[in-house]
Amino acid sequence: MSFNWLSTEIIVALIGILLLVLSSGLNVRGKEILTKAAVASMFLVLLNAIVLFSREQSLFNGVYVVDSFGNFFKILFLLAVILVLLSSLQYIKRFKEKICEFVSLMIFAAMGMIIMVSAGDLITLYVGMELMTISFYILSAFLLQNQFSAEAGLKYLVLGAISSAVLLFGMSLIYAVTGTTVISEIAVRLRTEPALIAGVVMMLAGFGFKIAAVPFHMWVPDIYEGSPIPVTTFLAVGSKAAGFAAFLRVFVLALPLAQFNWSIYMAVIAALTMVAGNLIAIVQTDVKRLLAYSSIAQAGYILAGLAAANTYGLKGMLFYAMLYVFSTTGAFAVTTAVEVDTGSTGMEAFAGLSRRSPMLAAIMTICMLSLAGIPPLAGFVGKFYLFSGAVQSGYLWLALIGLIMSMVSVYYYLSLTRIMYIGESASDAPINPGLETRLALWICLLATVFIGIYPAPLSGLAQAAIKIFI
Amino acid sequence: MLSNLPVLSLTLFMPIIGALIIIFLPKEEIRPIKYIAATSTFISLALSILIYIAYDRSLGGMQFIEHIPWIADLGVSYALGVDGISIPLMLLTNLIGFSAVYASWKVAERIKEFFILLLILISGVMGTFLTTDLFIFFLFYEVVVIPIYLLVIMWGSSKRVSKEYAGMKLTIYLLIGSAFLLTGIIALFIKAYSISGVPSMDIAALAGLEFPVGFQIFTFAFMALGFGTLLSMFPFHAWSPDGYAGAPTAVSMIHAGVLKKIGGYGLIRIGIYILPLGAQYIAPLIAVLAIGNIVYAAMICLSQKDLKYIVGYSSVSHMGYVLIGIAALNLVSLNGAVIMMFAHGVMAALFFAMIGNLYEKSHTRNVDDFGGLAHQMPRLASGFMLAGLASLGLPGLVNFIGEFTIFIGAFKEYRILTIIAVLGIVLTAVYILRTLGDVLFGPRREEWDELQDLQGPELVPLIVLGSVIILGGVYPLDIMSLINSGVEQIVMQVGLTNIQATILTGGSF
Repeated sequence: MSFNWLSTEIIVALIGILLLVLSSGLNVRGKEILTKAAVASMFLVLLNAIVLFSREQSLFNGVYVVDSFGNFFKILFLLAVILVLLSSLQYIKRFKEKICEFVSLMIFAAMGMIIMVSAGDLITLYVGMELMTISFYILSAFLLQNQFSAEAGLKYLVLGAISSAVLLFGMSLIYAVTGTTVISEIAVRLRTEPALIAGVVMMLAGFGFKIAAVPFHMWVPDIYEGSPIPVTTFLAVGSKAAGFAAFLRVFVLALPLAQFNWSIYMAVIAALTMVAGNLIAIVQTDVKRLLAYSSIAQAGYILAGLAAANTYGLKGMLFYAMLYVFSTTGAFAVTTAVEVDTGSTGMEAFAGLSRRSPMLAAIMTICMLSLAGIPPLAGFVGKFYLFSGAVQSGYLWLALIGLIMSMVSVYYYLSLTRIMYIGESASDAPINPGLETRLALWICLLATVFIGIYPAPLSGLAQAAIKIFI
Repeated sequence: MLSNLPVLSLTLFMPIIGALIIIFLPKEEIRPIKYIAATSTFISLALSILIYIAYDRSLGGMQFIEHIPWIADLGVSYALGVDGISIPLMLLTNLIGFSAVYASWKVAERIKEFFILLLILISGVMGTFLTTDLFIFFLFYEVVVIPIYLLVIMWGSSKRVSKEYAGMKLTIYLLIGSAFLLTGIIALFIKAYSISGVPSMDIAALAGLEFPVGFQIFTFAFMALGFGTLLSMFPFHAWSPDGYAGAPTAVSMIHAGVLKKIGGYGLIRIGIYILPLGAQYIAPLIAVLAIGNIVYAAMICLSQKDLKYIVGYSSVSHMGYVLIGIAALNLVSLNGAVIMMFAHGVMAALFFAMIGNLYEKSHTRNVDDFGGLAHQMPRLASGFMLAGLASLGLPGLVNFIGEFTIFIGAFKEYRILTIIAVLGIVLTAVYILRTLGDVLFGPRREEWDELQDLQGPELVPLIVLGSVIILGGVYPLDIMSLINSGVEQIVMQVGLTNIQATILTGGSF
């Protein structure tokens, strides 16, 4: 086995560790420069991961696999962590001498996600997930002086631990039935037993917690609202995508539909998630909470693809997870810029944004409309894939609910747009979000528009990534 | 000459190119912004007139075809082409688009954003008529919704309902309708995929497949809901009067003039063409709802005092004629429906342009506030008269041609309903003549003496749209033969004999 197979993982871990080691003894200014260097080197890792997209190898007797499915998500996580860090370099200055710890933990969370999606074995998957989750426990409480942040950290710790326990128990039941934890072998040794059903339901609850599907979504609003915005963003795009990837790999590979029909449960959960997320989002007055509920709804759309479990559905999941990174990070990046300027994320802080900074208002609007699935933006094509898959598997009702709910979501997205465009702001001073944030914003904007207008490259990539399932 | 150039793409994207140029202009450059908007819409208008002339009627079918594969696994192509049905509507879009720019000449705030959104809106509407791909059709259709919302909330008026309310109502109604439409499209796509084995979004290819009857009825019902909402089919029309009242002049013009027609166009091009059996099954229901449009909306008009509400409800009423023409499903009635869409578009746009102008100057739209305006504003009065008389179907103006053709076609299928529909014309005459009389004629009222008549750029909508109304009424043969070539092709392809026979035996009301 060569270094090359694990180059991404090794370098990411090295960057995280070096950041901690080198930062000791530096002053705040030096630490800030060091974080920028870390972001730049993460960018090189991303390029490396893109170049090595199509490599395939099973390592350690199938415990760890390198395949295009995992590589797709590696690229996604690296993109997410880079965009989140870029857009929050202004914001995280408030952590002063702890800035390197913060960035290092973000990188370790990304590392956990990478392990999670490449795991060929339930235990490895669990270890990766814990690396990610434990990093997030600390990150969400990083604004320790702020009671909401402390509350968020504690809540996430308690609820996250319970959900991990449930997931682990589910895995142990699967092991009891099949005698193996290697995902590809579980399918072969599957027997229909009550213990299997209990195990599957528990895994469903565990993964459902990570992706914030209804009814396992209760933690999301408080934790998204209390955590520092970069952490919220990364929870929304990274942790959720990792949850979906693991969910997909385990359920589609280890539990063939022919033997255990979980599809209808997914469809029901997807419908509940879309309806609840969108309806509750309507009454929110804080943009972070609004985006939190909207992200719950987004998980519902992606779950529809898993319920479909066919080519369009699975491709749609990957496609959507990727575009979701750009659109959501874009929306959160604008929120970050507004928070840095006004100190608030309430809707009133966005009033008159189109006069203060037309670019921020336009990007916020476009990113939100992409999430709502309005063409010609990326979200529309993503939903088209997902719901085509659902219809192909016979869930026409799910597609109808999903599309109507998407249109309902336009209501609250446009309410914020209205505030940005015709609200009166207290000050007329332009908001200057800083060079790095601008870069991140432009990447999010261009990707959202480009994927919407010309989706062929991303859909080709997603197609290549799902070939292990078909 | 035209066939070597991507002339449809040029027509389609000219307004977008204009918008892109405007984005890079500083917002203080008011005159260049307006000139660029006017120039780009003028080029599109000129190109569409050229296409109208150059289209080979003896050949028929889709012409000026452009085809670039776009998303392989969904069977989507960037495919453009026009035939006898789409050319009039493309022309209509550009006539109104060009006039709308001039009708907005006096917009005072955020001029740059206004024209960017307006130009995107014009391109979006045009795209639906030019494409021959179902996916791209839907894409363009939804592209227009958000610019309209922004235009309404930023430049709309809050006279009777607040503009925020009007904008949101309009948007949500249309989007919920489009959710049904999109579900229908996805179901159609998946079904076609399972029948033919290749994914395709090409409308003609989809029309070539044989879908089971039950599936056709079901899918057509979904689409009729979507398109019907857009066409303000009774009882899904509530967005229309409020939306028009809240919207700025240009948006009312485009919305009532062309956007609604996407609904009728979609019903013919997608509904009837791809799902003929479904259309046939649902058609009687649509015909009944059409009567609801014609009579109910016309009666509401009788009691309205706000000019925009009168024209808003009257446009709901007129869409009833289009619907009954579509529901009758024969060559004559479909011809009538298409020409009626064209005629109503021009008329409604002229009406809204005149009302917008009057409102801009007098700050009221209440009929009772006016009287004898023909004394002070003879040009505006002639615009009002022209639009009003066209609206009530005066022979010699283009709308008469549409209504007459529809009644001839529909009478064969739905006798009683058609007779009721003809009675609707009487109601139209009552409210239109009363309104015109109250606003324009009677003793001179001195409080309006200082109002300026139309002049300079304000005259453009009147001249452009007014001359089309007259020209189309006096010499309808040319455009009718064009429309006929398009409708005939569709009616033949879906099996005219089949439809005729079933409807003649089973369609006696």
